Amino acid sequence: MSVLVYTESENGDFKKTAFEVASYAKGIADMMGTSVTAVAVNGGDASALGNYGVEKVLNIKNDSLTAFNAAAYAKSIAQAAKAEDAKVVVVSQSANAKYLAPLLSIELEAGYASNVVALPESVAPFKVKRTAFTNKAFNNTEITTAIKIVGLGKNAYGLKESTGAATTEEFNPEVGDLGVTVQSVDKATDKVSIADAEVVVSAGRGLKGPENWGMIEEMADILGAATACSKPVSDLGWRPHGEHVGQTGKPVAANLYIAIGISGAIQHLAGINASKIKVVINNDPEAPFFKAADYGMVGDAFEIVPQLNEKLKAFKAANN
Amino acid sequence: MKILVCISHVPDTTSKINFTEGDTKFDTAGVQFVINPNDEFGLTRAMWFKEKQGASVDVVNVGGPETEPTLRKALAIGADTAIRINTPALDGYQVAKEIAKVVQDEGYDLVIAGRESIDYNGGMVPGMLAGLIDANFVNTCISLDIDGTTVTATREIDGGKETVATSLPLVIGGQKGLVEESDLRIPNMRGIMMARKKPLNVVEATGATTETVSASFEKPAPKGAVKLVDSVDELIDLLHNEAKAI
Repeated sequence: MSVLVYTESENGDFKKTAFEVASYAKGIADMMGTSVTAVAVNGGDASALGNYGVEKVLNIKNDSLTAFNAAAYAKSIAQAAKAEDAKVVVVSQSANAKYLAPLLSIELEAGYASNVVALPESVAPFKVKRTAFTNKAFNNTEITTAIKIVGLGKNAYGLKESTGAATTEEFNPEVGDLGVTVQSVDKATDKVSIADAEVVVSAGRGLKGPENWGMIEEMADILGAATACSKPVSDLGWRPHGEHVGQTGKPVAANLYIAIGISGAIQHLAGINASKIKVVINNDPEAPFFKAADYGMVGDAFEIVPQLNEKLKAFKAANN
Repeated sequence: MKILVCISHVPDTTSKINFTEGDTKFDTAGVQFVINPNDEFGLTRAMWFKEKQGASVDVVNVGGPETEPTLRKALAIGADTAIRINTPALDGYQVAKEIAKVVQDEGYDLVIAGRESIDYNGGMVPGMLAGLIDANFVNTCISLDIDGTTVTATREIDGGKETVATSLPLVIGGQKGLVEESDLRIPNMRGIMMARKKPLNVVEATGATTETVSASFEKPAPKGAVKLVDSVDELIDLLHNEAKAI
């Protein structure tokens, strides 16, 4: 018996979410008195996973899985779960993990709870707390099947180092028919994605036009942040849809969310509620966003943001 | 091509979220229910296939009679037939299993569901449905073109997008981008009048079991008041020393 965790990698390097889900899986394994096995697809050096509680890594080396394929990955993870007699499978909530988890659920006849934010309240019965109503509430959910799948929300648990070493074994599952094949990928490689970002700098209609986004991108560069925007901004075509944060856009669970010139419609707030520290810069002191913010500055973004960028640059230079 | 669009009946995006019965049930008092926004993009794309490529479009919902106005709205937008599977929606698996029966009985080529509903945000029905009926599946789909049984779709990935090739039968987890928001349709008077005459078939449920139980709800702890600062120096100091965020 073990807790199985799917650890994502890109070009052979494990992603931060891999260490986060491994840390969480170790927490569950401790509650259940068992160990953690990771399953990686074309992963590189897996020794770092040992620092986050993984004892064994099943590494799938398969050229047909170089590009992500939800059905084939789900089939592979299911076979690993059966081989390890896993009672719990932990995945992240990246776009790919959210894609494969429901398919995995059907493969394993396992109940799935997504957007989980904490270790289970109990493992028998298996009860987890997850976000609902787009972060406006939590739902305590019991998974009643023999095998359970947990989708761990981003930044919900953090990294917990533990001592130990991970052994690596090759694993060769039957991947079956791919069904869906990737033709092309359009990914901004030099930019931090909203999903991976610890810091998100977001701007709204208060910026008056797309030509004014230079200072927002500059702040994102200084902070190593992703850029985001409010819904009207993406509707107006000032910024790509992929940057739209909110109920029908992307949810953001960053450590720091900086909102500039965004008034704070309820749908936008729902999308950013899971972020830890929220900073609002707006010239309207009555903007509803101030009620949801931790820190605020009332004033003209065109005056404040350039000043803030200069000071942040100096701060970063002094603190790095 | 036969298209089925899954319609989730959800609280309007501006609804206040409250709970009753010892925080075990969502409080529907005074709440306006709508078509789940992610489903609405899918329905509009389905209407495009109907008008340009001659497809038929049915809509389905798992729920009690209270969801019928939402299905009627989908009919008013242009769907041909609505199907209500007569049972409360209890979890993603049960909903997927009930819809799977309809898909298998009626032989749909394409099923479009929203990538997630805005109430439970489970994001599992489209994928589970694809797994149950052994169809191809594309999630977070932002573009969909079909030529015969050949499909080209674009999906959103973390940090970008990816274009994939696949074939029918297919299940889509759709979202904004599948059509532009400006192309979403508001039912007009003619559509509403016609919808009254369109079939809304109530189908008895198969009694699919659940895999999860919603035990209780809770709301986030109330937040303290915002700290307003006058200078960027003060803001940086607070973010560094108090919030430990930079």
